[in-house]
Amino acid sequence: MDLFLQLTLAGLAIGSVYACVALAVVMIYQATDHFNFAQGEMAMFSTFVAWALYQVTGSIWLSFLIAVALSFIAGIIIERVIVKPVENAPIFNQIIVFIGLLMIFNNLAGWFWEHTTKTLPSLFPKHGIDSTLISTHNLGVILFTLLILGVTFCFFKFTKVGLAMRAAAANPDSARLVGVSVGWMLALGWGLASAIGAVGGVLVAPIVFLEPNMMSGVLLYGFAGALLGGVNSPGGAVAGGLMVGVLENWARQYVPGGSELGLTFALILIVGVLMFKPAGLFGRVIIKRV
Amino acid sequence: MKLLEVKGLKAFYRQTQALYGVDFELEEGSITTILGANGAGKTTTLRSISRMVRTEGEIKFDGQDITGLSTEKVAALGIAHVPEGRGTFVRQSVEENLHLGAYTRKNKNDVANDIDRVYAYFPRLMERRQQQAGTLSGGEQQMLAIGRALMLRPRLMLLDEPSFGLAPLIVQEIYEIMARIRDQEKASMLLVEQNANIALNLADQAYLLETGHVVMSGESEVLRNDENVRKVYLGY
Ligand SMILES: Nc1ncnc2c1ncn2[C@@H]1O[C@H](COP(=O)(O)OP(=O)(O)OP(=O)(O)O)[C@@H](O)[C@H]1O
Ligand SMILES: [Mg+2]
Repeated sequence: MDLFLQLTLAGLAIGSVYACVALAVVMIYQATDHFNFAQGEMAMFSTFVAWALYQVTGSIWLSFLIAVALSFIAGIIIERVIVKPVENAPIFNQIIVFIGLLMIFNNLAGWFWEHTTKTLPSLFPKHGIDSTLISTHNLGVILFTLLILGVTFCFFKFTKVGLAMRAAAANPDSARLVGVSVGWMLALGWGLASAIGAVGGVLVAPIVFLEPNMMSGVLLYGFAGALLGGVNSPGGAVAGGLMVGVLENWARQYVPGGSELGLTFALILIVGVLMFKPAGLFGRVIIKRV
Repeated sequence: MKLLEVKGLKAFYRQTQALYGVDFELEEGSITTILGANGAGKTTTLRSISRMVRTEGEIKFDGQDITGLSTEKVAALGIAHVPEGRGTFVRQSVEENLHLGAYTRKNKNDVANDIDRVYAYFPRLMERRQQQAGTLSGGEQQMLAIGRALMLRPRLMLLDEPSFGLAPLIVQEIYEIMARIRDQEKASMLLVEQNANIALNLADQAYLLETGHVVMSGESEVLRNDENVRKVYLGY
């Protein structure tokens, strides 16, 4: 029983990180109908920035906050400068741009910081709680993610800009007619997604080590979480991310050969779910009028 | 005073031209209607004013040329467009839709008062304030679209076929409310309709559009009594 609880809690911790990535991916997907394949690499780069700041400042929290703020600004700039010009281009060109972004960030990180692994300390104290069920870092990750997600939810639900962002994503023409600058809402969405990705990166870094490919697995699981929960449901994507984290951990322990096949197992499960619920567990099937 | 002056308006969708030099104007505080059959260019005319389609020619609002502005800037000038198909934010609640209508406004108290005013015009919306707007009936969504436009405190309302697809009784109800809005808000309206009968009853001035050309214009009275208009558009 203890083992089961340990696995579940550790799964929720890593799942929190997947949830952050899934939410970032879904936010952009809802606004643009595209998956940002570069989301993981952007988060990785943000994490390296946090690491670099940490070398200078010596304070992990300060470095974290600055890195998140910089990621927010960078997300806005990337949308305005790189993504917006191909807004109306054929889908193939847009995918190329996303993949280009991915490679740019990967290469830049390798160039600046080289491919040796680095360690980033946890945001949370080493000996906070005395429990055999969960480490302090993992507990901190879960609680902190819940906080971030709660704040994000309230922002979209209760603020004027949050409402405008939802409106711009759902119905850009009508949003313009009431005076919303849809382009800037998109840019803001990129900023937020990139900031949330940065949070995920810094949270996961103490677990996976810091190197330019650290997020490739996380991004896959994040995508899986988004698909499982439903790509048109931010809450669903978060739940999906958490579930993938837990399932992955269970599979590693309880499925024979699971330690190697954790990812495979998770993907099989997701495909299974999608066969019966194509819009994901919490998503709605959108019937497009013709 | 002329609130809206349109001269030599041409509109284009890629290669297709939809308007061929349309002229019309609208006095502040009055209602002007543009009538025409399917595909005449009524929606395109409104979309030209809201800068949603490429145009040539002149569009002056309150003396200012607005052809260089973006759609959202036009809205910020006080032009509220109730689009064809109503443009409901279907996943947002009725009240959120109204708040979106007030997006350009700053004063929270005024906005809250105006929401109450919209509910006074449309009590049915009040009953459904927390409901997802996509679940409203067609008539209720039309009311919501007009309410959303009112939330801008518009100087000019652009209304695209508010009668479209609605039962005659609901159409009558909505037009009665529009008449009340005109009287109480001193609102100017540019009203596009296929339903010539009801539009001519409400409007002061009327223009008749055929395949992108204005073929007739004048007081609503005059058009209503014109033999041709009666035969073709009024059906008696
Ligand atoms: N997006 C578009 N792309 C190409 N052509 C268009 C587009 N929208 C409208 N048109 C053309 O422009 C012309 C005018 O269309 P418009 O929608 O303005 O007519 P309307 O008077 O509003 O008609 P209805 O009463 O059916 O709404 C039509 O010939 C139409 O085919
Ligand atoms: Mg039309």
